[in-house]
Amino acid sequence: MKSFPKILFFVAAALLLTLFIFPMWQITLIAPQYPKGVTMYIWINKITGSEEGTLQNINILNHYVGMKYIEPDAIPELKYFPIVVIAMSVLGMALAFTGRWKWWMGWLVLGIIGCGLGLYDFYLWEYDYGHNLSPTAPIKIPGMAYQPPLIGNKLLLNFLAKSWPYIGGWFIGGTFILSGVAIWLQKRNTYTS
Amino acid sequence: MKNHSNQLLTFVLGAMAAIVLVLSSCGKANQGTTSGGTLGGNAAQKTYVAPGSLDEFYLFTSGGFSGQIGVYGLPSGRLFKQIPVFSVDAEKSYGFNEETKPMLQTSHGFIPWDDSHHPALSQTNGETDGRWIFINGNNTPRLARIDLTTFETAEILEIPNSGGNHSSPYLTMNTEYVVAGTRFSVPIPQKDVAISSYAENFKGALSFIKVDPKTGRMNVEFQVLMPGLNFDLASSGKGPSHGWTFFTSYNSEMKNSLLEVNASQNDKDFVAAINWKKAEEYLKAGKAKDFPANYYHNVYSDETHSATSTQLKSVKVLIPSECPGLVYLLPTPKSPHGVDVDPTGEYIVCSGKLSADITAHSFTKMLKAADNKEFDGDIGGVPILKFESVLGGVVKEPGLGPLHTEFDAKGNAYTSFFISSEIVKWKVGTWEVIDRQPTYYSIGHLCVPGGNSMKPEGKYVVALNKITKDRYLPTGPELTQSAQLYSIDGDKMELLLDFPTIGEPHYAQAISASRVIPKQKQFFRLSENKHKYVTPTEKDAKVVREGNVVHVYMTTIRSHFMPDNIEGVKVGDKVYFHVTNLEQDFDVPHGFAVMGATNAELLIMPGQTETLLWEPKKEGVYPMYCTDFCSALHQEMQGYVRVSATGAGTALKWWLGDEKPVQ
Repeated sequence: MKSFPKILFFVAAALLLTLFIFPMWQITLIAPQYPKGVTMYIWINKITGSEEGTLQNINILNHYVGMKYIEPDAIPELKYFPIVVIAMSVLGMALAFTGRWKWWMGWLVLGIIGCGLGLYDFYLWEYDYGHNLSPTAPIKIPGMAYQPPLIGNKLLLNFLAKSWPYIGGWFIGGTFILSGVAIWLQKRNTYTS
Repeated sequence: MKNHSNQLLTFVLGAMAAIVLVLSSCGKANQGTTSGGTLGGNAAQKTYVAPGSLDEFYLFTSGGFSGQIGVYGLPSGRLFKQIPVFSVDAEKSYGFNEETKPMLQTSHGFIPWDDSHHPALSQTNGETDGRWIFINGNNTPRLARIDLTTFETAEILEIPNSGGNHSSPYLTMNTEYVVAGTRFSVPIPQKDVAISSYAENFKGALSFIKVDPKTGRMNVEFQVLMPGLNFDLASSGKGPSHGWTFFTSYNSEMKNSLLEVNASQNDKDFVAAINWKKAEEYLKAGKAKDFPANYYHNVYSDETHSATSTQLKSVKVLIPSECPGLVYLLPTPKSPHGVDVDPTGEYIVCSGKLSADITAHSFTKMLKAADNKEFDGDIGGVPILKFESVLGGVVKEPGLGPLHTEFDAKGNAYTSFFISSEIVKWKVGTWEVIDRQPTYYSIGHLCVPGGNSMKPEGKYVVALNKITKDRYLPTGPELTQSAQLYSIDGDKMELLLDFPTIGEPHYAQAISASRVIPKQKQFFRLSENKHKYVTPTEKDAKVVREGNVVHVYMTTIRSHFMPDNIEGVKVGDKVYFHVTNLEQDFDVPHGFAVMGATNAELLIMPGQTETLLWEPKKEGVYPMYCTDFCSALHQEMQGYVRVSATGAGTALKWWLGDEKPVQ
């Protein structure tokens, strides 16, 4: 029973690797002529869609208002974020064996800061796509920007844009909660023994 | 006196009551006629498919002399698509673009038209499976296969040694074979002989076309060379009778002129029962003869988005007199037209079109009679079985002019009557008439979903009528063709709906939409496009000159062509626009049209490449544009081709947006 917090912390760190199995975020565009919606999935290392041609179809829609093409190859974060995640996960799993709750605390704080920076980075990309519009766009509406919400729903012209964490994102939340519980239990163990 | 007048009054009133009763019962016979009031809102509810809702069944109607297939929904009767099969269609560029021209090649050259009669949905274990639909071309004998993932014609096979492919396709219960019986007997091989030498020189070929179970590819496996009868319709056995196919025939008189009189003299004509499993044995045993022939096989590929034609030069033929047990003739009253095997596979229901009765032969009795050699002579070495030995039952005087029979899952049969213009419902086995309903007017075929299979889906019967007269708004001398929908859920059939069809609907087939929808292709993967002239990305777009032939490698995507400006084309050039639609989304075709094109437009599905040949005759600058409304900026999807004089020095160049230097 004493080793339970260690196991918990190990699992929390390992959960980060689910980012390679599930997308962490989804943005869905809904309009009458897209009855199923058009959904873009953001992974730690790639961008995919609900259908084979989704990215191209979103790009075609976006080009009318002068938005840049979303080209995953041109987004460097998709290359180095995976390394950061693997490093954090491995570090966390290693720290689990030490049983030192203060180190665990440090890891958690680092993770929350990293996650916050990631979200900020995501916001910057969204801002860039939504505001940095081509001056020769066929459709120009003064004062209109097409930045999807960081989280939540927003009406962009005829499309309702919905931006929410997806399975991978929920697992990151799991990582934080489980590691927090592990820290709390381990701290209690340390002071009662 | 008072007494007498009372008696008189009673008599008069009684007589009036009797007349009223008689009249009202007459009215009953005409129930569900033209008065919309008696149909009431009930029928409307049963055919109403609310906006945004889907029909329960697909109905595939033959386009008759339009050469096409119509695709409708049931119960709404809404038209979804006209599939071009044997006839060119400028809208879809079928037969006009370079890719589909080979589809209409025949041994007589390119034929842009035919008369399509009988659609047949592919079956597995005697049940419609929604993979393919086959249809015959009557005039220049052909057989087509339509792929139900794309709803496009995938294959057309010319039938050799045939003089009109009418008794076709009538496939077997696992789609092992589709059949093709000749309507006209002709000299085989063809030769220049006196028409009056009919009885001596003319033969009728019954072709068995094998279908590859995976790809659907067809090939003429063998032909049975029959005496000079005229083969009309066919039905393949199922369950116990699987392995046999039954063809009706007329003109056992073997006449070649004034057939309406001369071919209506014999009291009985024949149903030819072909044992195709026996034929396979004879084939294996090397009994087939190689006959010289000349016919085309045209196949369309969804990978190259192009059709290819192959010319074939021989066919395997079995002669019945040399193959005992291969064919038996079943005497059948008065020029039989329709032949339909019931879902149990036991009864072969034949409609003598000049008869007042429906005759059903028994398959079990037929086998026994053949075993016991209960023959009544032969024709050209083909034994005729005794009528009494094969007769299974007769529906006595159900109407006048029976034509075709379909079945439901409850043991009922529905027979169309052309002359008395009605559908008669009767019970298989007891041969009693249960109900009759008039049709408007002159019904030919009829269709119950799965009604020719072992597992009828029932629910509706569709009447396919030859004449409409006053049923629709008039449109000059040529009136619309029509179908009528009846509910068959209850004991009585109930007329629900009239709806127009394009081209004369001969036969039709219907299938649950749920068997077709999951197989639908939404677009073609660009990465799998193997067209010879594909342009996979805008960067690959180019214009290449080879002598006086110019190949334009062009792309379309919302909302521009690449390139959209072309210079350096000369009068006398043959310009091939190879247009690739780069879209990878559902329902985003682009069109392509160029001024002065003498053929048609292109209508290119996402991921597809199509080619239009353009031969400019005069110098000038010619507009081109997208014809299929694709986006908010569809109207802007346009461009120019500059045509210079023959021998002019205009350099070949092309661009989109900014003019770029030559090559």
